[in-house]
Amino acid sequence: MMTAITQVSSAADQQQYAIAHLKLVPKRHIGRMIAAAVVLALLAALIRAFSVGQIEWSYVAQFLFAPAILAGLYNTLVMTVAAMAVGIVLGVVIAIMRISGNPVLSSIAVGYVWVFRGAPALLQLMLWFNLALIFPTMGIPGLFEFRTVDIMTPFVAAVLGLGISQGAYTSEVVRSGLLSVDSGQYEAARTIGMTQMKMLRRIVLPQAMRVMVPPIGNEVIGMVKLTSLASVIQYSEILHNAQIIYFANTRVLELLLVASFWYLFVVSVLSVGQHYIERYFGRGSKSIRSAM
Amino acid sequence: MSKNILVKAIDVTKNYGQFCALDKVSLEVTRGEVCCIIGPSGSGKSTFLRCINLLERMDGGGIWVNDELVGYRREGNNLHQISDAQISYQRRRIGMVFQRFNLFPHMTALENVIEGPVHVLGEPIKEAQERGKTLLERVGLADKANQYPSELSGGQQQRVAIARAMGMRPDLILFDEPTSALDPELVAEVLDVMKDLAASGMTMIVVTHELGFARSVANTVAFMEAGKIVETGLASEVLSDPKSARTAEFIKAVHS
Repeated sequence: MMTAITQVSSAADQQQYAIAHLKLVPKRHIGRMIAAAVVLALLAALIRAFSVGQIEWSYVAQFLFAPAILAGLYNTLVMTVAAMAVGIVLGVVIAIMRISGNPVLSSIAVGYVWVFRGAPALLQLMLWFNLALIFPTMGIPGLFEFRTVDIMTPFVAAVLGLGISQGAYTSEVVRSGLLSVDSGQYEAARTIGMTQMKMLRRIVLPQAMRVMVPPIGNEVIGMVKLTSLASVIQYSEILHNAQIIYFANTRVLELLLVASFWYLFVVSVLSVGQHYIERYFGRGSKSIRSAM
Repeated sequence: MSKNILVKAIDVTKNYGQFCALDKVSLEVTRGEVCCIIGPSGSGKSTFLRCINLLERMDGGGIWVNDELVGYRREGNNLHQISDAQISYQRRRIGMVFQRFNLFPHMTALENVIEGPVHVLGEPIKEAQERGKTLLERVGLADKANQYPSELSGGQQQRVAIARAMGMRPDLILFDEPTSALDPELVAEVLDVMKDLAASGMTMIVVTHELGFARSVANTVAFMEAGKIVETGLASEVLSDPKSARTAEFIKAVHS
């Protein structure tokens, strides 16, 4: 065969291989077109169903920007930020304890993750909220003391319950981030005389962020929705406020739609923000730069 | 100890389980000397180098840098391990250049060079930047100061790594096979920077397979095999007229 290629080919052969002038016809994606048509038809049917259903859209419009709903939205955002801040701080501390090589610290970290990942978040919220049943007062004897019910407001109970259970999950994200950093980076940081803490702060965590940001972004988005659990302990976040309104006016579905709209809105905004944060922590990385 | 001796290693021993990686290694390096450690893979060259700045803990023996015992404090008949913070302090004066460069990928070349001076030595940032630029100029990379490591070739990255080590104003720089991960055509530019550094009087301990570099730059050469120093002496003597048959065999094999 090799020798045949080097020979001058016949006129008929040349005819067969001369295809440069032919027109390119792109592949037709018939399946995709059909699928798109089906999806559009189903969507139209769904929209129609909602428009002829027993929904008073005027109520949705009326309550979308109602002060109670907006206040609830504000509280939802405050709770997301506060619980996530607690979760991330705990997550970083626990992850560092876990990989520290100190058996006492790493045992504490393992125990923490075991307990707070093991119990449902809702249950943890209720435990914190009802702490006064077992500890009516708290404090340091002789120094200060307070009644637990005064301190354990719905806000505090929700921040503790959501933040501490979030910390257990986030610590695993942080740990996988720390392990993703090449051991040569740890060594290079040590050889310029960095202490453990400085090495983590300046060299390791900034690189681990690249791996950590996407899952932590997911966790923030999850937390926006998880805060709805706090409605159970009377924290006036958006779902709680929507419920109070529909208890009064019986427009259950309309108010649930209002709440869903705001959840979807917040999550969409956060998704866009996540994109920019990922880009920031990807600096210096070729794959992400060329994708920009 | 003579004032001129910068590094003194006595009977350094290191075991990984049953495997003896270093078997009573002793070596002296004087101030301003370039010492090349050569030998086959797995002979313990890198392990020994990494004991000098405590990236590896030795199991026996001791290393003194600048007359200071690294990693331990002597109290009577006991050796106490010093704290992590004290080890970090000792490492400030010992630079290291790695086979795989290990530049910080989230920092530009200049940021890599000034990271230690600013955040470890506490130099004012303006001053460190000026000095960092001078160092990058010295390794021929003045125009790459604001590039990230991923935008540089292997040879350029290794030159930045050398500038980073110099940024700490070390007494000594350790080189762990600095050209082994480079494309052959990029080896020369790194060796040239190292030659320049040697000429400026920097004390260097270089683990390398580049016998040509050892011949032209090193003052002394140590040949290691199976965790032991088999032969050590002036570079010209060890490389041209080795006393041990094993050293001669190795040098011949590398040259053929």
